[in-house]
Amino acid sequence: MQLWTIRPRALRVKGVLPGFGLTMGTTLLFISLVVLLPLSALLIQAASLSPGEFWRIISSERAVATYKLTLSSALIASIFNVFFGLLLAWILTRYQFPGRSLLDAIVDLPFALPTAVAGLSLAFLFTSHGWIGQYLEPMGIQVAYTQLGIIAAMAFTSAPFVIRSVQPVLEDMEPELEEAAAILGASPWQIFQGIILPTIMPALLAGFSLALARSLGEFGAIIFIAGNMPFETEITALLIMIRLEEYNYAGAAAIASVVLAAALVMLLIINLLQGRIYRARSDS
Amino acid sequence: MSIEIEHVNKRFGHFVAVDNVSLSLPAGQLTALLGPSGSGKTTLLRIIAGLEHADSGRIRFHGEDATDVHVSRRGVGFVFQHYALFKHMTVFDNVAYGLTVKPRRLRPGKAEIRRRVMELLELVQLDWTAHRLPSQLSGGQRQRIALARALAVEPKVLLLDEPFGALDAQVRAELRRWLRRLHDDIHLTTVFVTHDQEEALEVSDRIVVMNQGRVEQEGTPEAVYDHPVNPFVFSFLGQVNLFHARVQDGQARIGDLALPMAAPDHQPEGDGLAYVRPHDIEILAEDDGQGALAAVIQGITVVGPTARLELKVAGGKDLIHAELPKTQLAPLGLSPGMKTWVRPVNSRVFVGHRNQNPPVAEPALHPRD
Repeated sequence: MQLWTIRPRALRVKGVLPGFGLTMGTTLLFISLVVLLPLSALLIQAASLSPGEFWRIISSERAVATYKLTLSSALIASIFNVFFGLLLAWILTRYQFPGRSLLDAIVDLPFALPTAVAGLSLAFLFTSHGWIGQYLEPMGIQVAYTQLGIIAAMAFTSAPFVIRSVQPVLEDMEPELEEAAAILGASPWQIFQGIILPTIMPALLAGFSLALARSLGEFGAIIFIAGNMPFETEITALLIMIRLEEYNYAGAAAIASVVLAAALVMLLIINLLQGRIYRARSDS
Repeated sequence: MSIEIEHVNKRFGHFVAVDNVSLSLPAGQLTALLGPSGSGKTTLLRIIAGLEHADSGRIRFHGEDATDVHVSRRGVGFVFQHYALFKHMTVFDNVAYGLTVKPRRLRPGKAEIRRRVMELLELVQLDWTAHRLPSQLSGGQRQRIALARALAVEPKVLLLDEPFGALDAQVRAELRRWLRRLHDDIHLTTVFVTHDQEEALEVSDRIVVMNQGRVEQEGTPEAVYDHPVNPFVFSFLGQVNLFHARVQDGQARIGDLALPMAAPDHQPEGDGLAYVRPHDIEILAEDDGQGALAAVIQGITVVGPTARLELKVAGGKDLIHAELPKTQLAPLGLSPGMKTWVRPVNSRVFVGHRNQNPPVAEPALHPRD
């Protein structure tokens, strides 16, 4: 009887739309099966280690090197994509040119392409005999088998996120806002940074966080172009793979749980940041 | 500062938006550009502002050529139909924007900006909203903020594009009276675009009636309303009834009925159409022998103090519309289905504007959109 009295009221309130209980139940079940269950399995696997062992594995020099490499590469790739994605979204929404719809379609290609194929083609381009690599190498720029290659692979696979987040917001922007600013004497740069950028900022942040999450988890594209040298060009996902191949499941799970926690914390921070921007717009 | 528009043309593809328009808008006056949608009035306003570039022709402000002056240096204030306020900025920052984007050597100090913005907010009676966001204001308030923002840079001319178009009827009427008073105070050369003839007649010093990219007529509201130069202007400025008419020996007639004529001296002769406003139709219960058309009342609608009658003239196909004060309904004993007599007391005959297959009487719909 006690249970009935503490049951949250919100669940019993009859809304106009029926089926809240059914849809909510289905959704929770689905999330549990697809997302939460595998994640808990991972944590349980990692929990089979003693705290001391766990800490030793995740703080080993080799593991820490992979975190640094993965995180810094993902950040650089995502920041690059913010600029590149904004530019491409801008071109796609602001200008009419032949081949525009083709370009618009090509944008999604990194989503559809198996990442291994992307990695292979990048390696083909950037090795010392590749189309681009043969010109970069004499200039002292080595892309393949370096962090630069990892960044290139991450930037390639996460490129659509920023474009697809920003594009609809740019399309919906009233041209009058820019016209009003221009009439008031603002220069094109002042209009961009004072009017356009604040308007698209939440979308830009959303695109950045998606690109970052994707880059952190990228594996297939990277292993073909990264040299996979421990301490130098080994990403965390690869280290997990190596541990698995050694049948060291607990060790793999321990490192994976670090990646999981890092991704969670970063997405949370970005979500909070976005929420703050939205709130600042709607409240006084 | 006066605005001179000389032979301005503008096309969008095959559509001619502005067709060789020349106008001179006197300094300190409030001018209405009036016309139906697609008449080129907004395009012309945007050309004056520098938001569109004319294909040919010149724009001068007070004799000085502004045609090639960039929009950001033209010194105009512009108010958009949908306000175009910056949503992420407070009301204060919106109004201050034009001052804060000035190059450093021209930019007033922080205290000076603050003083000017608050002064403008007081002018539009919204100083208490300074720290709110535009989304927290009503439509009428937003439009007043947009006006304050436009005035902040001390423009030479003020341009308003359907400024009351997005507001409901009551706020619109209130705001246009307020705009008129404001204009009487600041005397800035002002041009506003509207498709609402009532708004144009009420607010402006001058009306420019536009249609299909051309200027049909310009003049004071009285002149344009009382002496429309062509059928378009006549029908655009209010509801009309059309009758077949014939002008002969300086006398216009509908059938046998002689019409009083506004300007009989230079009236060409021939067949044409007589334009009669609903309130210029007299309703008679009995034929008084001075000439009238027999008609049957089809319907009576009372709108506030006015009674609107729909009548069918004998031999005519379409209904005609008449208006009279509600108080006259009872003395005349009018009711639907009743046979009455109608007589146009004022009309304008345009010879040569005859349709191929016209009815005797043809009411034109109110052309407001």
